[in-house]
Amino acid sequence: MSTTYLEAIRQGMWEEMERDPNVFLLGEDIGVYGGAFKVTAGFFEHFGEKRVVDTPISEAAIVGAAIGAGLMGLRPVAEMQFADFITCGFDQIVNFAAKCRYRWGAAVPMVVRAPSGGGIHGGPFHSQNPEMWFVRTPGLKVVAPATAYDAKGLIKSAIRDNDPVIFFEHKGLYRRIKEDLPAEDYTVPIGVAKVAREGRDLSIITYGAMVWTALEAAGKLAEEGASVEVVDLRTLVPLDRETVCASVKKTSKALLLHEDTRTGGMAGELAATLTEAVFEYLDGPIVRVTAPDTPVPYSPPLEQAFLPNVEKVVEKARWLWRY
Amino acid sequence: MSTTPAIGMDRQPQAALAERCLYYMSMMREIEDRIERKLYRQGKIVGGVYVGRGQEAIPVGTALVARPDDVMLPAHRDLAVFLIRGVSAGRIFAQYMGREGGLTRGRDGNMHMGDLKHGIVAIISALAATVPVAAGVAMALRYKGIEGVAFSYFGDGATSRGDWHEGVNFAAVQKLPVVFICNNNQYAYSTPLSAQMACANVADRGPAYNIPAEIVDGNDVLAVHEATQRARAHAGSGKGPYLLECKTFRMTGHSAHDAAHYVPQGLFEEWGKMDPITRLEARMLAEGWAGQEALDRARAAVHREVDEAVAWAEQSPFPDAATLEEDVYESR
Ligand SMILES: Cc1ncc(C[n+]2csc(CCOP(=O)(O)OP(=O)(O)O)c2C)c(N)n1
Ligand SMILES: [Mg+2]
Repeated sequence: MSTTYLEAIRQGMWEEMERDPNVFLLGEDIGVYGGAFKVTAGFFEHFGEKRVVDTPISEAAIVGAAIGAGLMGLRPVAEMQFADFITCGFDQIVNFAAKCRYRWGAAVPMVVRAPSGGGIHGGPFHSQNPEMWFVRTPGLKVVAPATAYDAKGLIKSAIRDNDPVIFFEHKGLYRRIKEDLPAEDYTVPIGVAKVAREGRDLSIITYGAMVWTALEAAGKLAEEGASVEVVDLRTLVPLDRETVCASVKKTSKALLLHEDTRTGGMAGELAATLTEAVFEYLDGPIVRVTAPDTPVPYSPPLEQAFLPNVEKVVEKARWLWRY
Repeated sequence: MSTTPAIGMDRQPQAALAERCLYYMSMMREIEDRIERKLYRQGKIVGGVYVGRGQEAIPVGTALVARPDDVMLPAHRDLAVFLIRGVSAGRIFAQYMGREGGLTRGRDGNMHMGDLKHGIVAIISALAATVPVAAGVAMALRYKGIEGVAFSYFGDGATSRGDWHEGVNFAAVQKLPVVFICNNNQYAYSTPLSAQMACANVADRGPAYNIPAEIVDGNDVLAVHEATQRARAHAGSGKGPYLLECKTFRMTGHSAHDAAHYVPQGLFEEWGKMDPITRLEARMLAEGWAGQEALDRARAAVHREVDEAVAWAEQSPFPDAATLEEDVYESR
């Protein structure tokens, strides 16, 4: 039976809760209501109020309490109702959780789930991709799966991980994609990228929902004779530089793609990495396709113009391919 | 009733106030009904829709007390504040529909709008974030020697946020002219009050900050108005902020896509009997402030005005995609 991205995250959490009594959930409206997106529907009934904790609207308290519980050996999974509201728990994440191990050797095995991403007409506060605030904070791991298989495997790894993990799940993927998942227990390792499509002429390096945009663009370009490779980062920190560099060594051309805004985006870090490591192999400039440096607008024509899409990727990739 | 009963000196103003309250509550009700039950379902509004059905007495009763120099920081169920401050219904529809004519020209949707020309600060989604901002607005008013007051609106759930406590404490310590207005509709999304706070009332938090806190029937617009006059008088006289808790009930789901199955059905029926519009109309009839015919005429006029506003918004164009990157910074 085909499993959606949303259901995959659900299953991953469910299995980890069955497996380890120290795993518990906390967040706003996650219990009786089952969460704003229904990711935790049924958990309260099955696991009870001790392990599925409905909280007041207090993101700092949610994250702070998760840190405290993590320090005591529990494995909390905190839900932000929208990734955008993670700002309200920012200090707890970047100053408390991220620096415990380095300062005093204390593990904070916590997962913060953050439904992110645009394309749902959510406007400036229900559409953001705030991953870079955390990517540039040493001490945090940052995960952003694109497929149902990876979403399940990575949420399980995140829960088992002894460091704080920020888990970005793209809202636009929740019910849009599905695939058959293995029946048996599996995990996907944090820190390992994946070649989602093999190619020879050009590499598109991306993550999250944009993996699907890249794959569609690669399909279109194949009709024109271009062989495009797509690398799905899956994890942003720790970054799998090896897989990224190996791909570009092979194709000699790199297009970096993300839904997040441009300045200080993941593409900048990737471009620097490639320049440092495989400059000699490059046969063209490193190209970026990203959202522009603006808030995420609400009105459909503006949001459409804001988001990277297949047409924009095809156009840039074609240019680079012919370069 | 053909002959007006003998009325005291204060009767006439009460009748006039009631009429204004009824107009703004009816406008808010009708605008939100169109938004939620028509335009949203027709796909003409594509983003989130949160309405204040059953809570109209709170924005109306409070904002009608505000003076021109006062600054309003409404939350997401306070639509009437915009009308009272002179924002047209057409612009509000255009805002919801993502059109040029909206207050944010399509950059944001629903109640995420403001206009300093009308003395209104736009909320962000993060709840209670406007509470410390209200303190800053009040500081500036005092700093400039303007006798204005900041009206800071929020729900019961928002009072769980650190920003709320920091903002209220700051305003209290600085004795700033702020009226804090809570719409306690007893739910925050699916979370009932009992899971939100351990105290029975939001007003119970007032003593912790050493500010006066008053509880008022939030479905009685005239009571809200009267209490707001007390609150504004206090805040405007240099004594510091005042917390007003308006008890009410959210007569809808959290948003247009929430059927609110978690709310015990009896509560909707119970609170439906206390509808602020029906109650005011009954009072107006009983007091002889208006006859049934006048009420019917008023209702028809509101419908016509809202029809025209929707038509105006529908002809407002969508923003040009070429303007996407404008206005992130001041342009020269
Ligand atoms: C910081 C933050 N967390 C979560 C949300 C999501 N959210 C939007 S409205 C809402 C409930 C608000 O309840 P309340 O403050 O009582 O206002 P009401 O909607 O009842 O008027 C929630 C949880 C948010 N907007 N901001
Ligand atoms: Mg509420």
